[in-house]
Amino acid sequence: MTRLLQWLFGRLPIGWLQLSHNRTRFAAALAGVAFANVLVFVQLGIMNSMAVATLKPYGFFQADVMISASDANSMTEGANVARQWLFQALADPDVTGGAGIFVGNVSWARGEKTLGLTTFGVDPTLPAFLSEAMARKAATLQLQNSGILDMYSRGLPRDEAAAIRPQSPISFEVSGKTLTLYDTFAGGGGFGGDGYMMVSDQTFLTLFPARKSAAPDHILLHLRAGADPDVVAARLRDLISDKSLRIRSYEQAGQDDLSYQQTRRPTGIIFGFGVIIGILVGIVIVYQVLSTDVADHLSEYATFKAMGYRQRFFLGIVFEEALILAVLGFVPGLVVATGLLAGMKAATTLPLAMTPAMAGMVFFGTLVACSVSGAIATRRLANADPADLF
Amino acid sequence: MSDDFPISVAGLNHSFGIGEARKQAIFDVSFTIKRGSLTVLMGPSGSGKTTVLTLMGCLRDVQDGSVRLLGHELKGAAPAVSEDLRRRLGFIFQAHNLHGSLTALQNVLMGLQVHSYGDPQQNYRAAQHALTLLGLGDRLDYLPANLSGGQKQRVAVARALVGNPEVIFADEPTAALDRESGMTVVAMLKKLGAMRGTTTVMVTHDNRILEMADRIITLEDGRIVADR
Repeated sequence: MTRLLQWLFGRLPIGWLQLSHNRTRFAAALAGVAFANVLVFVQLGIMNSMAVATLKPYGFFQADVMISASDANSMTEGANVARQWLFQALADPDVTGGAGIFVGNVSWARGEKTLGLTTFGVDPTLPAFLSEAMARKAATLQLQNSGILDMYSRGLPRDEAAAIRPQSPISFEVSGKTLTLYDTFAGGGGFGGDGYMMVSDQTFLTLFPARKSAAPDHILLHLRAGADPDVVAARLRDLISDKSLRIRSYEQAGQDDLSYQQTRRPTGIIFGFGVIIGILVGIVIVYQVLSTDVADHLSEYATFKAMGYRQRFFLGIVFEEALILAVLGFVPGLVVATGLLAGMKAATTLPLAMTPAMAGMVFFGTLVACSVSGAIATRRLANADPADLF
Repeated sequence: MSDDFPISVAGLNHSFGIGEARKQAIFDVSFTIKRGSLTVLMGPSGSGKTTVLTLMGCLRDVQDGSVRLLGHELKGAAPAVSEDLRRRLGFIFQAHNLHGSLTALQNVLMGLQVHSYGDPQQNYRAAQHALTLLGLGDRLDYLPANLSGGQKQRVAVARALVGNPEVIFADEPTAALDRESGMTVVAMLKKLGAMRGTTTVMVTHDNRILEMADRIITLEDGRIVADR
């Protein structure tokens, strides 16, 4: 290692030699940096999973424009929308079709556990508004009181989910009705529910008798090929007389939802703070290590100053140490965090995973944080006075 | 003039502290030192010899009077000028001040790297040679913690000499050395003076060295009381 660094720097790697000289302190420093990395990774992992989980239901459908109520901050929130706006939207020359979707929560009591399923009611005769995977199973939904279930629902044993097939359906009671599940699809538990279920709009209305077919939760629109969804959405905002409606491109609706979850919901804000705290912890740990190291070597630095070494040489030593701590502390942090995220995913079915982008971002952040710590620690170098040596 | 007399001190005064606590330590000190000579600064503790040494070595700012070193006036000199000058000097401290994380060889290499990073192999050989001359050829990879006091001091001497300095400032360099090692070091400094014109200014109480000195300046209470 010493020879490698000497070759890289073109000089003796004083920082490395100082750090590795006191192995106990070095190990503690690396553990501290790794710990800060784990903190950040876990918080980022949860934030990422929130993004994936938020956008997950948008992937069940295909649309260009979505019309929602003014308070519909997410796919599963908000008041209903009058179906008449669907017909009015169809008057636009670029709108080629539309469909209403219903959203509700169904509880499936399974012994001691109850699964909370976010349930979508869709028109099975309009599979074009469903994702390709979902559309292939839409015909099943035409049976009254039938549904297809998210195979990754939290609390649902995998083997039990795998056994749900058209030839071996399972049934359960909801609101006094018997609902039969004929198939599964790939979803995953989110922060608002244990999983998803898809039923026909007619079945949905039997499960939720208070709901009306004339008032879905959202209206999805398809546009003529080549039409700009943002332009059409703007035109529809002028066309439709209810100015309180949120008429956005489907993509924009997903991004708005994501922004809402990350910046306005308590969970998003908490995890965001978690990332900041992790970074601060890392900065404090590295600063403490580096400033102690500088204080311990003041007489040596003063000697080097007397010999004519310039300030940038000492800055180089401190930054060398900061980078070594960043790189060597990052590796165990990455390994531990990857294991933790995998364990948390298994326990929660949340889409938690270590991604290359996340690893790269945290590595870069670690380099920056350690450099900041190093920059602060260099202030102590001013105390190295060569005149004190005599 | 500067070629023959690398150090020239004139009307030097120096004080420590500020306000009512200000105390003058050096009073109107003047002398010149000839190139290649071995000059000893003597005097009781607190006489100001170390202060004069640090002022000549660009380790303190000159307050009043003049100190010319290697042709440069140090009074009012920019920090960069002082740094450049210090690269042309060698310092041997009473406390060896070796870097505890570096081996003997690496400590000596630091005396070379300050000039330029240069050819690593050439630097390595020069550092090894300097240590071998001082009897530490078999201790190259030892950390200071594993060396005796005398061995550490010899490493510090090697570090100061390996860069071929034009002037060497030494503060009690033989205090931690046995008689033979001490004489070896002083003889080496004398030899450097004769061969390369290296000038040595040394603070010492060691009578053995006084016999080998070209000149002895004695200070008392911040004033020169003898110069022979």
